Amino acid sequence: MSEPATAEKLGLTPSQTVGPFLRIGLNWQDESSVVPAGTPGAVTIGGRLFDGAGEPVPDGIIETWQADPAGRFAHPDDPRGAVESGVPGFRGFGRSCTANDGSWFVITVRPGPVPAADGTLQAPHLDASVFARGMLNRVVTRIYFPEDAEAHAEDPVLRSLPPERRGTLVAATVEGGYRFDIRLQGGAETPFFDL
Amino acid sequence: MTDTTATARRMALPRYERTDGLHPPLDYPGYRSTALRHPKEPLVLLPQNLTEVTGPLLGSERVTPADADLTTRHAGEAIGQRIIVSGRVLDSDGRAVPDTLVEIWQANACGRYRHVNDQWPAPLDPNFDGLGRTVTDSSGRYSFTTIKPGAYPWKNHHNAWRPAHIHFSLFGRAFTQRLVTQMYFPGDPLFPLDPIYNSIPDPEARKRLISRYNHDLTQPEWALGFEFDVVLRGRAATPFESAEDDK
Repeated sequence: MSEPATAEKLGLTPSQTVGPFLRIGLNWQDESSVVPAGTPGAVTIGGRLFDGAGEPVPDGIIETWQADPAGRFAHPDDPRGAVESGVPGFRGFGRSCTANDGSWFVITVRPGPVPAADGTLQAPHLDASVFARGMLNRVVTRIYFPEDAEAHAEDPVLRSLPPERRGTLVAATVEGGYRFDIRLQGGAETPFFDL
Repeated sequence: MTDTTATARRMALPRYERTDGLHPPLDYPGYRSTALRHPKEPLVLLPQNLTEVTGPLLGSERVTPADADLTTRHAGEAIGQRIIVSGRVLDSDGRAVPDTLVEIWQANACGRYRHVNDQWPAPLDPNFDGLGRTVTDSSGRYSFTTIKPGAYPWKNHHNAWRPAHIHFSLFGRAFTQRLVTQMYFPGDPLFPLDPIYNSIPDPEARKRLISRYNHDLTQPEWALGFEFDVVLRGRAATPFESAEDDK
């Protein structure tokens, strides 16, 4: 963090597509388990990944990253201090290679609200990356929760979107968890972010 | 201290440099499959806050030492030219990224992937599945032993062939640094013909994906050595500038 930087910047490595055979390298047996099986309060967040023709994308992968229920990260760059989660085995990270019908899911616990650098509060959210054959770089989106409508009205990221697009970042309640479809292109295109 | 007190306001977060012009465009007609898989709406600026400047610190718990040698994971030895692929994971300020997970996958020596959807008439090797994982050491260095992958045909256009490559997946230490890319081999005659390689706008940046033959890595009577460093986003020059200033 306080290491001196070298005077000359090194050239960054550019992105390339994951290609059609990503599952060989990126599939883990426990990939969907942000929390271990049987964790109290665990929910499934999942949905389907669609292309611009409305067809499912069977050769993609969704990755999620989130705070724990207290809104904390076990990471040294969290200036509030890196704290292990009170949820045993909480990994914060999930991934899910899409199935033939484009479906994906992670099993997790709801994150707490997370402050923004300027002191305002962000509504509970997951960051998600989408990779697929036919995508030369990942795209990034966010997943919010339907219970938090009040917090959404104050969330700086949701507020940066046109009002009619905000709802597409809010998951729907379904039995056992939440549904969040991702549309890469087209009518109800998911908002994607420049990070 | 709770998160919402005044003392928690204006947190000093690391801030990562922008990557404008570096990555291939998501809409790239030369690679036909991008047509229906790129957003048409403009991307929205996401300020780098806690979720973005942190990330999964995945390390040795996910790998065994055997995962770094793709040639010896089965009863017999994998067929092909044995190679060592090694390099460092750094950020653009030259800081090493230690203890970070590196995942690779690739075709076999004949250019065939062990995947149900790869059915072109090249042989599978029962002793090669094309998957490797390792963790960088304290200086950010990784090393794999594998087989030089073959080129393979794809259906993007008539007589289309991908240059030989190895897929690389990297995490760095922050969500902002996540990167999936491909490593190529020096002198491949297919470079000028490959839309995926040429989708990178800057020809100098393309060359960063080409590994270098390194005789010091080569092991006598065993394996040829190729060096491939990966450079992830470093810190932005003005760490406390407000995100609004970027618009």
